[in-house]
Amino acid sequence: MAVVDLARTSRRELNRALHDLPADTNETLWRVENPAGQHALAAGLNAPVTVEIAGHAGYYCGGMNQRATIVVEGNAGVGVAENMMSGKVHVRGDASQSAGATAHGGLLVIDGNASARCGISMKGVDIVVKGSIGPMSAFMAQSGKLVVLGDAGDALGNSIYEARLYVRGAVKSLGADCIEKELRDEHRAELRGLLDAAGIGDEVSVDQFRRYGSARTLYNFHVDNAAAY
Amino acid sequence: MDIGNIPQTLPRYSTTFDPHTLAEIRRAAATGIYDIRGGGAKRKLPHFDDLLFLGASVSRYPLEGYREKCATDVWLGTRHASKPIHLDIPITIAGMSFGSLSAQAKEALGRGASIAGTSTTTGDGGMTPEERGQSRTLVYQYLPSRYGMNPDDLRKADAIEVVIGQGAKPGGGGMLLGQKISDRVAQMRNLPMGIDQRSACRHPDWTGPDDLEIKIEELREITDWEKPIYVKVGATRPYYDVALAVKSGADVVVLDGMQGGTAATQDVFIEHVGIPTLAAIRPAVQALQDLGMYRKVQLVVSGGIRNGADVAKALALGADAVSIGTAALVALGDNDPALEAEYNALGTTAGAYDDWQEGRDPAGITTQDPELAARLDPVAAGRRLANYLAVMVLEAQTIARACGKSHLLNLEPEDLVALTMEAAAMARVPLAGTDWIPGGGRV
Repeated sequence: MAVVDLARTSRRELNRALHDLPADTNETLWRVENPAGQHALAAGLNAPVTVEIAGHAGYYCGGMNQRATIVVEGNAGVGVAENMMSGKVHVRGDASQSAGATAHGGLLVIDGNASARCGISMKGVDIVVKGSIGPMSAFMAQSGKLVVLGDAGDALGNSIYEARLYVRGAVKSLGADCIEKELRDEHRAELRGLLDAAGIGDEVSVDQFRRYGSARTLYNFHVDNAAAY
Repeated sequence: MDIGNIPQTLPRYSTTFDPHTLAEIRRAAATGIYDIRGGGAKRKLPHFDDLLFLGASVSRYPLEGYREKCATDVWLGTRHASKPIHLDIPITIAGMSFGSLSAQAKEALGRGASIAGTSTTTGDGGMTPEERGQSRTLVYQYLPSRYGMNPDDLRKADAIEVVIGQGAKPGGGGMLLGQKISDRVAQMRNLPMGIDQRSACRHPDWTGPDDLEIKIEELREITDWEKPIYVKVGATRPYYDVALAVKSGADVVVLDGMQGGTAATQDVFIEHVGIPTLAAIRPAVQALQDLGMYRKVQLVVSGGIRNGADVAKALALGADAVSIGTAALVALGDNDPALEAEYNALGTTAGAYDDWQEGRDPAGITTQDPELAARLDPVAAGRRLANYLAVMVLEAQTIARACGKSHLLNLEPEDLVALTMEAAAMARVPLAGTDWIPGGGRV
C-alpha cells in the first residue's frame, strides 16, 4: 500500500503520482493521510486503483474520476465526484452542495446527508444517499439514477429530463415538470441493484421508496406552460 | 383652388412603431412566443467604425509597407500554464457548438484556422473528432451545461475556456430547439431526441469568484497544470468581471461584447442586454493595469470584429488578440447571395438570414440536416476562411506600419481618435481634432 502524507507532500505531488500510474499498475491501494479538507484531491484519476482518504476532503474530490475507487473517510466538500465518468466515489460522512454534478457514469455513495443540488445536471451517474438531500437536487437531471433513503428538500427534480429518482422519505416539494411515477417491477429490480451496489442489505425494502421523474410536459416550449418557467 | 390637385402627403411610418416593430407585434400576437434567432445585435451601436487611426507624419515615423516587418504573433496563457499557446496571428475563432453548426462547418473552421496559424474553439456540445483532427490549436469550452464534458477531451485540448457568459446573452443560457437534435447531437448531450435543449445559464458546482478559483485549480490538477485556462465573460461590468476573473486565476480573459453572436436566443436579449464591444475594452484593460497584470493575463476581445481595421483598433485599445464568430461563418459561406432564391423561400434574404435554430440553413452551416450539411465543402470553405483571416492580418499590418509599429501589439490608444462623442467616451480616446476625452478617461 502506498501512503501519502499530505502534511509533508503537496496535493500536486499526490495527484501527479496518481495520474502517472499505468493502467496495469500493481500499486492499486493508496492511502492519503492528513487531507485536512484540501481541494481537488484525487481529481482526474484514470486507473483502476483504490484511494482511501483518511479524513475530510475539500471541493471537487474525485472530480472527473474514471475507473478509480475513492473512499473519503470523512466529509466531502462542494462538487464531490463532479463529472465522474466511471468508477466509484464513497463518502463515509456528509457531502456538501452539488455532489455528483453533471457526472456521466460510475457510482457515488454518500453514507451521510448531501446538501443542496445533489445530482444537479446528472448525465448518467448513479447516486445513492443514505441520509437526506437538500433543495434543488437533481435540477435539470438528464439521465442516471438518484436514490435517497432519507428525505428530499424543496424543488426535487426541477426541469428534470430522463433521470430516475427514488426517495424513501418525505419530499418537501417537487420542481417544475417533476411528478411521482408508478414503481413497477423493473424499477424495483433496478433499485435493488443500486442498494446492493451501495452495500445496503435487505433491511431496506424497495417498496419503501417512491419513484419520481419527468412529466415531459416542458420538453418543447409552449406558451400555455409559461407559468411553469 | 382646385381641390383635386392638392398634393397628397406620403404615408409616414412612425419611428417608434416602424414596420419591423409592427411586424414583431403581429408575430408575437399570432404565436405567443418571443422571437428566437441566431446572430448578434442588429441595430446600430457605437462601434470600431467610430474610431480613426492617426497615421504617422512628422511627429511619428512610419514603417515601409511590403518591406519592413510588422510581426503578428501572440502568446496566450503565459501566467500559469506550462504549455502556453503561441499563435501566428492575433485573430482566433470563437466558440461555436457542434449542434448549432454542422460537422462540415466545424471541420472547415478547423481547416481554415490551421492554415492561418490560429486556434479554434469548441462550443456547447463537446468536442468532435472532425474538429480536433483539423485544428492545430483547439480551445475546449467548459460550459454551464457540461454537455459532452469528459476528461479525455479535456486532455486533448490545447487550452480550456471556462465560459461564464456570452456577449449576445450575458446571464442567459442556450436554447437548441428540438428540430436540430439529430441522433448524434442527442447522444453527445445525453438527452432525448426532438426536445428543446435548455443549456443552463449557471455552472452547477460553483457560484462566485471564490468558488471559481477552486474550480480552476481542479481543472489545472486534472490536466497537470499544462493548459492555459481562459475565462470568457459577456461584456456587462467589464472592470469588475475581469478583475475577478484574474483573482480566480485565469490565464486569459475573453471579453465578448454585445455585437457577439449566438446560436439561438431571444431577440430581445440579443438587442437589449450587455454593452457594446467598444465600450468594454478600456475598463477591462484598466482592471488588468490596476492589478499589475496587463500583458501577463492576456485579453481576447470579441463581438462584431469584421476586418483588419477592427482588429487593429481592438489591439490598440489594449486587447492581446481578437476572436471572430459571425464573420467566420460568413467567410465559410453563410448568407451567400448565390442562395438568394432559397433564402427567399425561407421568408428572408441573403444577408439577413438568422433563423439558425430552425436547422434549414441552405448554406449547410447552421444545420444538422445531412443533405443541407453536405452542401458545404469543408476544404473549400476552410480555404475561404484562411483567405479572409490573411486579409484581416494584412489590413491590420498596413495600419500598424502607417502608425510606425513593428508589431501589431505595439498599437496603442494614442494612435486613435474618435469621430463621435459617444465613441470618444467609450474608447477613452480624444474626439478628433481635440484633446478632449469625455469623462476624463476614468473608469
